[in-house]
Amino acid sequence: MKPEDQPHAHHDMGGVSKYLCEPVDTEPHTLCEFDREVDALRQILGMKGVMTVDELRRGIEAIPEAEYHALSYYQRWVRSIAATLLRKGVIGEAELRAALEKA
Amino acid sequence: MNAPLTPGTPVRVRDDWPETRGPVHIRTPHYLRGRSGTVRRSLGRFPNPEDLAFARPAPLLALYHVGFDQQAIWGEGTAGDEILVELYESWLETA
Repeated sequence: MKPEDQPHAHHDMGGVSKYLCEPVDTEPHTLCEFDREVDALRQILGMKGVMTVDELRRGIEAIPEAEYHALSYYQRWVRSIAATLLRKGVIGEAELRAALEKA
Repeated sequence: MNAPLTPGTPVRVRDDWPETRGPVHIRTPHYLRGRSGTVRRSLGRFPNPEDLAFARPAPLLALYHVGFDQQAIWGEGTAGDEILVELYESWLETA
């Protein structure tokens, strides 16, 4: 049996043959303002003990496959951060919606 | 806590698939489940990320560099090539 035939999660993509034919992009990526803000937010939440990087990863892995591949690296982060903060009751759904509408 | 594993100890990765039983966060790649390798180095003890990911109390677990014969895992490479992976003691079985 090939490794990829095992019932793995979609983010657990090591050894999955569809990625073997894609060259690895080793170019340095330019960070946009959004990326920096998300990174800073994650660091503050970690320093204040609100969420760990492990919770961040768990949240990223929970993004459904189609959306996961459509989102950028830091979009996945902010999606996970939002889900985690909502789940923990740090922010409320109405509060988040209102803030997004103002943005 | 299990007895520390010394470099050279043969180990087998548990053939377990917790992702099929519900939401989990695991650091053991799917392609190593049930595969045999050799402990190369002890990396220290760290809170279990499988618990940290769910904000649960996380006991310290030993983390190891475990080497796997690349040809056996990937079916490619040259003899002696090794895949080196960080694995927690909770995933390792000894003979």
